Amino acid sequence: MRKIFDFHGGIHPPENKRQSLGEPIRDAGIPGQLVIPLSQHIGAPSAPIVAVGERVLKGQVIAEAGGFVSVPQHAPSSGTVIAIEERPIPHPSGFRAPCVVIECDGRDEWLPHTGIDNYPGVSPSELLEHIREAGIAGMGGAGFPAAVKLRQKPGATVDTLIINGTECEPYITADDALMRERAADIIAGAEILRHIVGPAETLIGVEDNKPEGIAALRAAAGDSGIEVVEFPTKYPSGGEKQLIEILTGKQVPSGGLPADIGVVCQNLGTTVAVRDAILDGRPLISRITTITGEAVAHPGNYEVLLGTPISHLLELAGYDATRNNRLVMGGPMMGFTLTDTAAPVVKTTNCLLAPTEAELPTPPPAQACIRCGLCAEACPASLLPQQLFWFARGKEYEKLEEHNLFDCIECGACSWACPSQIPLVQYYRASKAEILQQRRDHDKSEQSRLRFEARQERLAREAEEKEAKRAARKKAAELKARQAATGAENEDPIQAAIERAKAKKAAQQQAAGSESEVDKLEQAVVTASKRLQTATAKLEQARAEGSDLVDALQTGVDKTRAKLEKAEQALADHRAAQGNGGALSTGAEAAPVDAAQAAIEKARAARAADADLSPRDKARKQLESLQQRLAKSEKRLADSRNAGEEDKIVEALEASVERLRDKIAATETELATHAAAENH
Amino acid sequence: MLEFISQYPLLAALLALVGLGAVFGALLGFAAVRFKTEGDPIADQINDILPQTQCGQCGHPGCRPYAEAIANGEAINKCPPGGEATIHALADLLDVEPIPLDEEHGEEKVKAVAYIREDECIGCTKCIQACPVDAILGAAKQMHTVIASECTGCDLCVEPCPVDCIDMIPQEENLQTWHWQLPELGRANVDVIASDLDTDRAA
Ligand code: SF4
Ligand code: SF4
Ligand code: SF4
Ligand code: SF4
Repeated sequence: MRKIFDFHGGIHPPENKRQSLGEPIRDAGIPGQLVIPLSQHIGAPSAPIVAVGERVLKGQVIAEAGGFVSVPQHAPSSGTVIAIEERPIPHPSGFRAPCVVIECDGRDEWLPHTGIDNYPGVSPSELLEHIREAGIAGMGGAGFPAAVKLRQKPGATVDTLIINGTECEPYITADDALMRERAADIIAGAEILRHIVGPAETLIGVEDNKPEGIAALRAAAGDSGIEVVEFPTKYPSGGEKQLIEILTGKQVPSGGLPADIGVVCQNLGTTVAVRDAILDGRPLISRITTITGEAVAHPGNYEVLLGTPISHLLELAGYDATRNNRLVMGGPMMGFTLTDTAAPVVKTTNCLLAPTEAELPTPPPAQACIRCGLCAEACPASLLPQQLFWFARGKEYEKLEEHNLFDCIECGACSWACPSQIPLVQYYRASKAEILQQRRDHDKSEQSRLRFEARQERLAREAEEKEAKRAARKKAAELKARQAATGAENEDPIQAAIERAKAKKAAQQQAAGSESEVDKLEQAVVTASKRLQTATAKLEQARAEGSDLVDALQTGVDKTRAKLEKAEQALADHRAAQGNGGALSTGAEAAPVDAAQAAIEKARAARAADADLSPRDKARKQLESLQQRLAKSEKRLADSRNAGEEDKIVEALEASVERLRDKIAATETELATHAAAENH
Repeated sequence: MLEFISQYPLLAALLALVGLGAVFGALLGFAAVRFKTEGDPIADQINDILPQTQCGQCGHPGCRPYAEAIANGEAINKCPPGGEATIHALADLLDVEPIPLDEEHGEEKVKAVAYIREDECIGCTKCIQACPVDAILGAAKQMHTVIASECTGCDLCVEPCPVDCIDMIPQEENLQTWHWQLPELGRANVDVIASDLDTDRAA
């Protein structure tokens, strides 16, 4: 006989299991409509792959897994998809969620399917793929995808595989019924799981309040090496961590997983579903659900197609709404009140409880905590529920976490034990959710902060770049100015002369007054006249078109003209004032006072004239000027000779005359080629 | 040494104390230099608690400046997006009494996400410039859109939009965000069936 361990705390609520065990499992039949929620499991919702109006066969995939932690959904019976929309789902929030709705044709036509004949010859990973494709999610608790739970980390070894047949919660007998009637299937499923997981030992844990089930299982197990372990009834021995402690004496560390201590747990119903999927190729499309409570006439276990509306089931069981105070999905300890009987049976619906008010009274108002400590005695997770209660009320989330709130399995034992009827577990559920929400919010705000800072950085960088560009431009301009000042000789002599003249003028003006004033005034005149031009043009156009804007434009033109006159007046005044100083150029028409300025103007004019000439004309002009210069030079030479000047001077003059002659010759040939080119 | 102690016990004790004082003083001084913290750690911690909505409702140009202001003694109740939870967390951190939210700066509202009615958007890029977290995508004369997952719901983009095509859509509770609420004291609003205590009446 195997040594059995005990866990801390626990309670003994009335079992109320007999009511639903009077008859064998009944078939709930095919309802008119099946409503399949896309999210019946923990993890990502599945994605529908059928269209409205499509005919589907029993067992056909209607929604694919939406991620790694997800499972597909299958059509539980043949029929037509009539809607993919939000429908009420069994959830404590009472919210609606996306569902595939199938109108059944009653023919229950199967998609052809076959099982795997020789599964021991198939690799575990392939079997896991089959399990995943069969849509199997944990059928006892929260609905965690079975394939994900069974998949092992590489290198990890599993000592113990535990099939959880505890079913410790009052009223529920779905697993008990399976044990009594389908013990062989359970053992077959356990053998498949054993093949996949490869544990040293395989145990099926059952509470001693199910003697028939235990006997049936033991008979079916025979000498397969699967051990059926019986232990005293106590709530909540079906909690995964509690069951592991009972069977192995090992405790799962706080915040850890059973796999950390070499244990894998599976629910009994899930085990049968695995058997069906592997041996028959039958996906998870139905389950055993207990319907019980004094408000139903025929309590018992029903084999229900997933998606069957709860109202259909209640009708079958002879439900009397007038006697029922609230309809509970799940057991009395961990279940929740259903708000809508249109919600369907899903993969995790193990029980529907329709109690009368006398059977399950509305809890009376909570009293103050008297610090009796009964809750701590009852807590299977060895927590301090009254402490947690205080912290939860004060919203002291940090303290809650320090006191291991997240080890609470929400079994409700503390609430049940509390003489002050404090709904303790409700506080823990709310606080856990709040903490998780805060963690999510914090992650989000962290992200926002990073984005905000990134933006700030970006803005700063952009401003810096702009500043750097501006500085670079300024530097380049300065450099150019300096170059213009120092390297003037190397450049265009006229430009250099202009620069020099400008510098000179600037120096003069600095003494005489401000040049910028004149510039400004000149600028004002120019812009005003420009504006006047455009305004007049517009006015003209408006007149031509007969637009009613003529008046407005006319005033605009008048105003602009007035402005122009004013600007011109101001400029004239300023010039007059400066003119008295006598050191200023007063425009192109005014007599050049400045010699340098005059030379510049001349050179500029000449160059401007040159620019307009054709190469031939240019050459001819050059020739003319050269001939003039030659004439001058010859005259000078003759004068010098006549005057009997020094040889040196005469020689120099002769050389220059010679050079001029050469140049003239060159220019003449150039001219000739131009003429030839143009004549062609 | 021993002789000295037995002869002048008072002086010896004094010397010992002075010596100890010098040693620990040096130790502390060394620690202060060696383990010097960079920046303003308290402002960082405060900033970590603030919701980072960057909405400016607190009267500061973003959460970080408000965090610095709090570190310098400003009231902790000026952040409406953070609301009560943030005030509690700040009170915890700074070891002061929590105070109710200063309504002058706004009320705690359901979190919203901006939504641009895209066919009305004229592509003026004004909202992009306003968004503190770069949660709006678009370019000049192109339709703009909000990356909902990055939007903090700060409202800042609504006002600059010249054609008023941005809506703030409150985020309704859905299946993913729903959770149990704390029971109200003294009221039997409890849906948990966990207090089936009346064993006599249960069959
Ligand atoms: S609900 Fe949580 S705190 Fe209460 S007994 Fe169960 S595990 Fe302990
Ligand atoms: S059982 Fe109830 S009254 Fe007793 S200590 Fe716990 S919470 Fe308080
Ligand atoms: S009010 Fe709150 S969220 Fe808005 S900028 Fe100030 S601290 Fe940040
Ligand atoms: S999109 Fe609008 S509301 Fe959202 S963060 Fe940017 S500016 Fe704020």
